Amino acid sequence: MGLEALAESMGQNILTTSLGKLIGWGRGNSVWPAQFGLACCAIEMIATATAGVDIARFGSEAFRASPRQSDLMIVSGRVSQKMAPILRTIYDQMPEPKWVISMGACASTGGVFNNYALLQGVDKIVPVDVYIPGCPPRPEDLLNALMILQERIKAQGITPRQ
Amino acid sequence: MTDTDTAEIGMGVTVTKTGETGAFGGELLTINFGPHHPSTHGVLRLIVDLDGEQVKRLKPVIGYLHTGIEKQMEALRWQQGVTVTDRHDYLSPPINNLAYALAVEKLMGVDVPPRANALRVIMSELTRLSSHLVWMGTSGLELGAMSMLMYCFRERDTILDMNEEISGYRMHTSYIRPGGVMADATPRFLDLLEKFIVAMPGHVDEYEDLLTMNPIWRSRTIGIGRLSAEDAKVLGASGPMLRGSGVAWDLRKQMPYSGYEGYEFEVATSDMCDCYGRYLVRIKEMRESVKILRQALDRLPDGPVNVDDRKMLPPPREELETSMEAVIHHFKLFTEGYSVPPGDVYVAVESGRGENGCYVVSDGTHKPRRVKFRAASFVNLQPLERMAMNHMVADMVAIIGTADTVLGDVDR
Repeated sequence: MGLEALAESMGQNILTTSLGKLIGWGRGNSVWPAQFGLACCAIEMIATATAGVDIARFGSEAFRASPRQSDLMIVSGRVSQKMAPILRTIYDQMPEPKWVISMGACASTGGVFNNYALLQGVDKIVPVDVYIPGCPPRPEDLLNALMILQERIKAQGITPRQ
Repeated sequence: MTDTDTAEIGMGVTVTKTGETGAFGGELLTINFGPHHPSTHGVLRLIVDLDGEQVKRLKPVIGYLHTGIEKQMEALRWQQGVTVTDRHDYLSPPINNLAYALAVEKLMGVDVPPRANALRVIMSELTRLSSHLVWMGTSGLELGAMSMLMYCFRERDTILDMNEEISGYRMHTSYIRPGGVMADATPRFLDLLEKFIVAMPGHVDEYEDLLTMNPIWRSRTIGIGRLSAEDAKVLGASGPMLRGSGVAWDLRKQMPYSGYEGYEFEVATSDMCDCYGRYLVRIKEMRESVKILRQALDRLPDGPVNVDDRKMLPPPREELETSMEAVIHHFKLFTEGYSVPPGDVYVAVESGRGENGCYVVSDGTHKPRRVKFRAASFVNLQPLERMAMNHMVADMVAIIGTADTVLGDVDR
């Protein structure tokens, strides 16, 4: 059966697209974050999952306890020197493709703490896709970051990130 | 394995394996719980020796959120330090502000106006409520009552809206400062507060409907994590941990500050000494907090919200246009800050977690010589082993939950 005949037999109920777009659409709308809270921002991350803001509208309500089941790491809070290797281990345990959101000033740059104890920006140990300013950012900020990330994932298509 | 060998289990922690035999005939098993674990309330790490599934030894490993806050404060001027105090116990920022502000004010011999005190009490009680709400939501979630999270965070969000209205910030308000508060309450804030006070008792009833007689919640908490009054006192527990063991000790009553002696409220206690008792204490405290808020709002005095001291707080904006003196004061305050007379002082306030103390040493300069926080969460970790002994691993989650430790407060 040719494509035209197939289309005719299905009526108007057929769409054509490229595989990359289909995969990007699927990945982008089911980003599962790792359940991994560090400090103050983690509380706002929990708030993002609750009814008022409702991250489920974007397909990301499934916070997974295991890094093996998650696509997205939200670094929510300050990363101490002691925590840094653990954070990297969790990142390494996540399967490809994976993305990182650096939530808040501390995770992005060290924030108000320019001292011996904190990692001055989580991008020193893991590659970051989206940075969110704020201390802590509002839940809406996290949603905005997620939407930016979704656009990016959809554009990436089938090719894994370099 | 030999009888006594030591094992390095990562991050410089060594555990001694004794080769002891448990009651079930097997060897004690050492497991690692955290720091990345969905039910450890942040980055708490526990090293637990198990006999079968019973906890026989438990050792918290802390420092995964060490932020250097106390050291950082030595590099900041007195008025800048407030912003950092917000971030150690991140579930009760205004109460941390208050401990620091009271300490600095005590060193300087400053008394804040009555309206500032009333606003401080209002913010403290709102914070206590939001802290308890986060506790109840997350603890409920960990023990399987997921809807608690949704209900509790709904009310927490109304509190954060009020924070935002009065200070411009949701969580880290930096609202209470040495010398008073950041700004006067807006009419909209008082409006929101009024609505909140009317609605909140009904919401607490709602939580009680969901949990108090809930058979699953009761079987997960009653008789779990027993802590006798003697143990609680000896191990330094404070806050709901102490009151849940039947000791009526609340700094708002015992050593009143900010005018708490003028409010009528009861100290919530429970003689059950277990996780359920601590839950009841927190529920009662939420009701009492609403009572205090009612009294504070009804009796909110008029007047200034800051001390009238140009050497400590900046002059009003309009004065800068007309007065040379005001410009000089403004310049001095924002370039070098104010200095605090030499001395040291300890001030403690009651946070949602217990005694939140602040010890400040001044050498008479523009920056603190030393700031030390007596973190309630840190001390409340001490009874953890006593409470978890001989319980199942799953009950350990309930016990950590009701201890209500905030790791930012533990590690600072």
